[in-house]
Amino acid sequence: MAVQEISFKDTAARAAAGPADELRDLEGDKMVLNMGPSHPSTHGVLRVLIEMDGETITKAMPDVGYLHRGDEKIAENMTWNQFIPYTDRLDYLATIANNVAYSLAVEKLLCIHDKLPPRCQYIRVICCELARISAHLLGLGAYAMDVGALTVFMHTFTEREKIYNFYEALTGARFTTSYTRIGGVSRDTPAGWCETIRKFCDEVVVNFDESEKLLTRNRIFVDRTRDVGVISKELAIDYGLTGPNLRGCGVDYDVRKAHPYLCYADLDFDIPVGSVGDCYDRYLVRMEEMRQSVRIIRQCLDKIPGGFDNQSKEPVNVADGKIVLPRKDKVLTSMEELIHQFMLVTEGVNCPPGEVYFGAENPKGELGFYINSRGGGAPYRLKIRAPSFVNLSILPAILPGHLMSDVVSILGSFDFVMGECDR
Amino acid sequence: MPTPLELAQQLRDKFPELLSTPVEFRGEVTLTVGNSERVVDVCRYAKAELGFDLLLDLSSVDNYGDDPRWTLVYELYGVAHACHLRLKTNVSEEKSELPTVSAVWRTADWHEREAYDMMGIRFAGHPDLRRILMWEGYPYFPLRKDFPLAGKPTELPEIAFTRPAPLEGGPFITTTSVEGAVQREPRARTPEE
Repeated sequence: MAVQEISFKDTAARAAAGPADELRDLEGDKMVLNMGPSHPSTHGVLRVLIEMDGETITKAMPDVGYLHRGDEKIAENMTWNQFIPYTDRLDYLATIANNVAYSLAVEKLLCIHDKLPPRCQYIRVICCELARISAHLLGLGAYAMDVGALTVFMHTFTEREKIYNFYEALTGARFTTSYTRIGGVSRDTPAGWCETIRKFCDEVVVNFDESEKLLTRNRIFVDRTRDVGVISKELAIDYGLTGPNLRGCGVDYDVRKAHPYLCYADLDFDIPVGSVGDCYDRYLVRMEEMRQSVRIIRQCLDKIPGGFDNQSKEPVNVADGKIVLPRKDKVLTSMEELIHQFMLVTEGVNCPPGEVYFGAENPKGELGFYINSRGGGAPYRLKIRAPSFVNLSILPAILPGHLMSDVVSILGSFDFVMGECDR
Repeated sequence: MPTPLELAQQLRDKFPELLSTPVEFRGEVTLTVGNSERVVDVCRYAKAELGFDLLLDLSSVDNYGDDPRWTLVYELYGVAHACHLRLKTNVSEEKSELPTVSAVWRTADWHEREAYDMMGIRFAGHPDLRRILMWEGYPYFPLRKDFPLAGKPTELPEIAFTRPAPLEGGPFITTTSVEGAVQREPRARTPEE
């Protein structure tokens, strides 16, 4: 029996070629393989139905929804601030970034998004970038583990642990942070927090270098990721990809640059883009994004108004009693503050009628909130544009033509979170 | 570089009888498409001629008690000119159907399945209009305003649900609540209950 030459470069040609003549008899027997919902490489509960001809995939059907909680319905039935803990559970690997994106959307509706105190903006940016590093470190470690490099996972988790300690010092929770409030943040940075972040910035770049040494020129890793899962620019935009997955295809769309929010306009950073659009490019983009995040955090620490421990008592919340809860010691001694506290807790922040869409650059892509308000303390309709949901919709278009083992590489390179996808 | 308002005006010049005047709120421009049957024509022109190549989001609103009941909201974005544009169109409850835009942007495929799953709005010409977040065969549309927050019982066997663990011997609580979700959660009650 002759050995069939398979070109690993061109997946479309591989699918079209079919089996060699000697194997023609066996053609027609396609196998349907059910991958998931709890396969190690599906990172949660994603199910992919795969139809295969031999080892080549001919059709793929992702099946999502196993983690559906009805967050959008829940949001309609509670006040604006009460929904913040639910945003933790969207992309649970970058909780603070979700808190910030949601708060900014509501603040846009209130028209205070550009009036936030500078210290609040800087704290939020530091938190968002820490969340990005943390999410990418996990995505990278899990990805490397999927394609056979177990060490990287242990390596990146050491640094992630430190980030969780920072969250704990800042918010009181390691995982479900619920840090922001409409109009600000729940508390200022604790004493010495900024100093430890600065030290962390120096330590984490060493970890990046080490992880890169383990992967970037690792023959096995490169073989399993290069020219696998290639997505063209046009296809990526057509399927609405955002975040590192889109930039890996060579499109330099990043919300932080295209529509700067918070203090991103004052900061200096680069947007890494890929050139081929394969799994390897998506890995390289994430790797560089983490370095850029460290660069952003360092600038924020240099510029943060009030300095490290806020000697000059800069505010971290907007000065509006109808939006932000009053100081606790004022509530039982002053009439006005008591009324504000009562109204905010019972009725919520009174938002004007109208509709806004706000998208923030989260680790997985553009996390958008479409808010339809009819006035009052709760949204009439809140739609969450979950980047993982949109990113996964491209799977039926790119999986056919690949081998079964490539599915693991491709799923890993997409770095999705099902909590966000299923909402 | 064009502004969102200029692009909206160009779109309106092309379909003067179909589109409303652009409304601006918080820097976002919204156009309403008068006839939902022609939303594909508007979208196709916006993509081909005005460069709105990225459909960021497609959401649906239930205007319960009003006619028309459904509002579809399309968030358009152009990567080259960095402008957002929102298109809206209304669909009546009797019809509950409008043409799909999944031939214009393929990302609309899953967004439309979600709108169908959550609200029960059908998209004519959609290649694969199935439920996406709820399971196949689920009888209700949970994001409708007349669907209660506590949910409705279905035929689904309760394999996913377990009884609460007893807490006897704990310092404060000796027995768990036997009340259902509706009794425990005030928000889940309808006013008449």
